[in-house]
Amino acid sequence: MAGPGRDSAALLSVNDVVMRFGGIIALGGVSFAVGRGQICGLIGPNGSGKTTLFNCISGIYRHSRGDILFEGQSLSGLPRHRMAALGIGRTFQNVALFDSMTVRDNMLVGAHHLGRSGFAANALRLPGPRREEAQARGKLPELLDLLDLRAVADMAVGGMPFGTRKRVELARALIGAPKLLLLDEPAGGLNHGEVEELERLLRLIRAHFDLSILLVEHHMNLVMRVSDQVVALEFGMKIADGTPGQVRNEPEVIRAYLGETDNAHA
Amino acid sequence: MRNGVSRAAPWAFLIAAAVLPLLLASDYQLFQLTMVVVYAVAILGLNLVTGFNGQISLGHGAFYAVGAYVTAIMMDKWDAPYWATLPVSAAICAGVGFLLGLPALRLGGLYLALTTFALAVATPQLLKYKLVEDWTGGVQGIVITKPDAPFGLPFNADQWLYLFSLTVATVLFLLAANLVRGRIGRAMMATRDHALAAEAMGIDIALLKTRTFAVSAMFTGIAGSLGAIAIQFVAPDSFSVFLSITLFVGLVVGGVASIAGPVFGALFIEFVPNIADQVSKAAPGAVYGVILIAFMFLMPSGLAGFLRGLLRKAVRSIRPATPSRSTEG
Repeated sequence: MAGPGRDSAALLSVNDVVMRFGGIIALGGVSFAVGRGQICGLIGPNGSGKTTLFNCISGIYRHSRGDILFEGQSLSGLPRHRMAALGIGRTFQNVALFDSMTVRDNMLVGAHHLGRSGFAANALRLPGPRREEAQARGKLPELLDLLDLRAVADMAVGGMPFGTRKRVELARALIGAPKLLLLDEPAGGLNHGEVEELERLLRLIRAHFDLSILLVEHHMNLVMRVSDQVVALEFGMKIADGTPGQVRNEPEVIRAYLGETDNAHA
Repeated sequence: MRNGVSRAAPWAFLIAAAVLPLLLASDYQLFQLTMVVVYAVAILGLNLVTGFNGQISLGHGAFYAVGAYVTAIMMDKWDAPYWATLPVSAAICAGVGFLLGLPALRLGGLYLALTTFALAVATPQLLKYKLVEDWTGGVQGIVITKPDAPFGLPFNADQWLYLFSLTVATVLFLLAANLVRGRIGRAMMATRDHALAAEAMGIDIALLKTRTFAVSAMFTGIAGSLGAIAIQFVAPDSFSVFLSITLFVGLVVGGVASIAGPVFGALFIEFVPNIADQVSKAAPGAVYGVILIAFMFLMPSGLAGFLRGLLRKAVRSIRPATPSRSTEG
């Protein structure tokens, strides 16, 4: 690992990432790092490239140039299904659950990458898969309680209210014991009270689990309140990187973001 | 988590299914029941890939045909014992399913449905093809003899074949039930419900789909082998595209993504055409169509889903004061 010292110490480091769509440059060389145990907020106005960057990190897009390192290992060219086993968990912008399955089963799918057993071993119910199953199920009660899902644990998630579905998605990501949790606009579609609830949840998660969170979010108040570090993007370039206090006072940010939406309430 | 009634029900059903026909059914009825068992296994295979994994196949008749021909050729050319043909048929069908799955599953959705449909359309012609005629017997097909009961067991050939098929089917249903209940089964359903999210959970979708396709082809292929032994004859035109569609009908009528569903679906595709024939000799197809539409209207989640709903209602009315969910460990 011959990378710079700063990068190998960080859990996730994004180095000079460029993303082009045809002639359009969505990301023009963005660098930042997320430390261990930190909550990093990624902000920016619409079209600033934060979702593009999120998709590069989670492997949906292949960036054109630069590198993304996780624990010193490059994520470039890695198949998406390998991310979970490395320790990267995620949620989706509009909540992507397995609708026909129960809360419990959704969560157990989140533990898929912790198991090894294949078709034959499962069909024959050999000791290996049974042990895996017991281990995965052993993690359920704590998470069900933590995310207040016990009452609905055996119901299909399809028809559940949006707020509940968000909690199921978090529970599904957390059961896999990720080192880094990628949250794609978790406050999107939530009302005022639910955003406060989400804030409480994020603090709770950080207190309970040894993980970092990368939070891509429109909701400025939420980001500023929960983040240790905030990275601001505009037109595919980083315009600020620091503590919430520093970023809030950055003239570029005020001009690009806060100045436009008068009360920072996107 | 599941109550004792629903756990014991399949076993009670199985014992009744094994004993009652031996006492009551004629040889022809036994043959019909054997075909129900055979179709149930074939639909179970289709259910794994279509019901649980969400990949629509309209060509499973092709795997059924491969299984049937493997058994017929082995028995005809090498005098192989009927039971010994099953593992060979399983392996070959799994292999064929895997190879076909590699390109086919990249297509996905409706395109996969069309590709598999094309396979089903081509199957009878492929079986008649000159180069394989020496093996397949061409248009004439292959006649095989019905096995007798071994070890001097007091069953006639039809009774024995029914019990043998039922035993094989029971094992296969158990294996499938275990599979879909565990890690792999959840991965199959997760991929069906939301592929991108399944990938983010660490599921290698391409590999999972291809393997599911292989296992599915294996189940349906074994059914084809059992069917060939029961009918004592294979010929290309028994494996027309209509067979694939019939299996698909059985899948939907029985209950998609249900382990018990294929049994109901098999009963439907074996007996409803006969009923339609009795209702109207002139237009059995029309009667069949009406029955099919009626089933879909009355039981949109299939017979299995319908019966599950009835059972739940019955249990609730017997025990009105059901303890709440939160009391369970």
